[in-house]
Amino acid sequence: MHIPDGYLGPQTYIPLYGVSVGFWAIAQKKLKKQLSLKHVPYLAMAAAFSFLIMMFNVPIPGGTTGHAVGAGIIAILLGPWTAVLAVSVVLIIQALLFGDGGITAVGANCFNMAVAMPFVSYGVFKLIKGKARGEVRLAVAAFLSGYLGLVVAALLTAVEFGIQPLIATGADGRPLYAPYPLSVAIPAMALEHLFPFGIVEGLVTMLLLKYFLKHEPDLVYGLSGPSAAKS
Amino acid sequence: MTTFQKKLWTGLLIMALLTPLGILLPEKFGAEEAWGEWGKEKLQKLLGYVPEGLRKLADLWRAPIPDYNFGGEGASMAIQIISYIVSGLLGIAICAFVVYMLSRFMARHGK
Repeated sequence: MHIPDGYLGPQTYIPLYGVSVGFWAIAQKKLKKQLSLKHVPYLAMAAAFSFLIMMFNVPIPGGTTGHAVGAGIIAILLGPWTAVLAVSVVLIIQALLFGDGGITAVGANCFNMAVAMPFVSYGVFKLIKGKARGEVRLAVAAFLSGYLGLVVAALLTAVEFGIQPLIATGADGRPLYAPYPLSVAIPAMALEHLFPFGIVEGLVTMLLLKYFLKHEPDLVYGLSGPSAAKS
Repeated sequence: MTTFQKKLWTGLLIMALLTPLGILLPEKFGAEEAWGEWGKEKLQKLLGYVPEGLRKLADLWRAPIPDYNFGGEGASMAIQIISYIVSGLLGIAICAFVVYMLSRFMARHGK
C-alpha cells in the first residue's frame, strides 16, 4: 500500500501533503495535552512494531503481496492521535531510508495508513465494543477494527491511484501517472485486502489486544478513553 | 524499564529475526510485488509503455538501502535475508528513537 514516486501527480500528492500536515499539527497539540511520560516507551515500541509488521509480506500464491500495518492496534492501545504520530514517523523513515513508498507520496501514504486507518479502526472498536466488557465482544471489536481499518486504507489508496488517469493524460492520451482507472484499481485493491491481508490485520489486532488485557489492562486507551493517558 | 516492557522488546527482537519470512514466503508461493508498486521495467511489460510523468518522478529519490536490501537486485537469497534482518533492526532502532524523542518532548512540555 506504499505508493511509490510517480504514481500520483502533483494535483493529488500536494493536497494530501496538506491534509497530513494538518493532522500532524493537531496530533502534536493533542499529545502535548494528553501524553504522560509513562507512555513514552510504549510509543517507541509501537513505532518499532508497525515498522516490523509491514516487513512481513503476505503472499497471494501466484499473485501479489500485502501486509498488515498495525495502526489499528496502536490506536486501541495508545489512542488514535498517538497512532498518527507513530505510524507517520515509520512511513517517513521507510520512504527516506528504504525507498518503500515515494518521497512525493509521503503525504498520501501517511493520510491512508497513519491518519484514516487509525481513526477508522478506533471508531469501529468503540462502536462495536459499546459499553460491553465481555471477552468475546472485545475480541470481535478488535478483529473488525483492524480488518476494516486496513480495508478503508486500501480503498483510499485505490481511489488515489484510480483518479490519476482522469486528472492527467499526455498529448497522446495516455495517463501520465498511475495508469489504471478506478474500475480496475478499486476491485484489485479491495479484494486482496478483504482477503487475505485484512484478515491478517484483524488477527494481529485481536491477539495483541488479548495479550495486553491479560498483562497490562490499565494501559489500554480504548477501554478508558483519554483519561487513561492523563493519569 | 519495567519487566513487561522488557518482554515486549524481546518480542520485537524475535519479530525482527523472523522478518525474512516476509521475503521467503512470497518467493515460495510465486507472489510478486504489491499492487501498484511496480518498477518502470515491470510497467513497460504490463502496459507496453512507461507513463511520462511517472518516468520523471520515479527516480526522484535514491534511498540508501532500497527494498531493505544491501546487495542490489541480483543479490543472493542469503544476502537478502541478512539485509532484511539488519534493515529490520536498523528500522526499529531509528523509528523507536525518533518517536521516543518526539513523544518525550511533547509529554514534558505540554502541561
